[in-house]
Amino acid sequence: MRLESRFRWLPTPFRSLLLFVVWLLLNNSVSPGHLVLATLFAFFIPIITFPFREPQPLIIKPGLAIKQLLLVLYDIVTANMQVALLILGPVKNLRPAFVKVPLDLSHEMPITILASTVSLTPGTVSAEVYPIPESLPEGEEPTQRYLLIHVLDLADEQELINTIKMRYEAPLKEIFQC
Amino acid sequence: MYSEWIVSILLLIGGAFILIGSIGLIKMPDFFMRLHGPTKATTLGMAGVLIAAMVFFSSTQDGVSVKELLITIFLLITAPISGYMLIKSAIHHKLKAKDGTKGLDNVEDD
Repeated sequence: MRLESRFRWLPTPFRSLLLFVVWLLLNNSVSPGHLVLATLFAFFIPIITFPFREPQPLIIKPGLAIKQLLLVLYDIVTANMQVALLILGPVKNLRPAFVKVPLDLSHEMPITILASTVSLTPGTVSAEVYPIPESLPEGEEPTQRYLLIHVLDLADEQELINTIKMRYEAPLKEIFQC
Repeated sequence: MYSEWIVSILLLIGGAFILIGSIGLIKMPDFFMRLHGPTKATTLGMAGVLIAAMVFFSSTQDGVSVKELLITIFLLITAPISGYMLIKSAIHHKLKAKDGTKGLDNVEDD
């Protein structure tokens, strides 16, 4: 896991790129004036706001991140169809359950991304990360974290846990190298 | 007018998914299951409507319209967060889950 960028003048490269793209999209144009303005914003806003924020792990493998994004987008489409079918089918056949998934990730940012991915993909909504930080003694790091998820239709608990760990968590670990 | 065909088909698909998400809200027996409709079925519905808007404005006006991409991105970012806040407060208020829900002992009190 790397928290600091290699370039001092570009503390958060990904956020800079995001600012650049969002500015151009908001203005719906790629005219030279907007390109210059977007570049200025992409440089200076992260430099000004960087000291206010807690450092987050940087994306180390951007190629893998894009691949994972496409996979998740594909999963969102299939998830929607599955949930639509489940909703239209008879309700009494559903087997709702709460499942605890042990996490290998340790930093907040990757955990947030994993939880959001789980919420958007087949039949699962993430509910909570255990242990809750407030319940721990001051300054102590939990040894093992769990993600509590609610499943709409649970077939096999272990299989679901394995899918989440293999399909979503392992690539995140590699992208952030943590 | 190919674009009109594409727009109307996309609007129909999007509308159908949003409708199914809303049906899920009425049909499901408990809060936790009801949450699955709005967090998922509607994402694809909105995507359908937004792509339709993109095709429509790109074909009727000059240039390509990409603002809708931004809406999609913001939607994808915020949908899981609102779902998370809802389910967290539901757990906090100890809402009853449907009888036969497995793994209830996994839920800890806070």
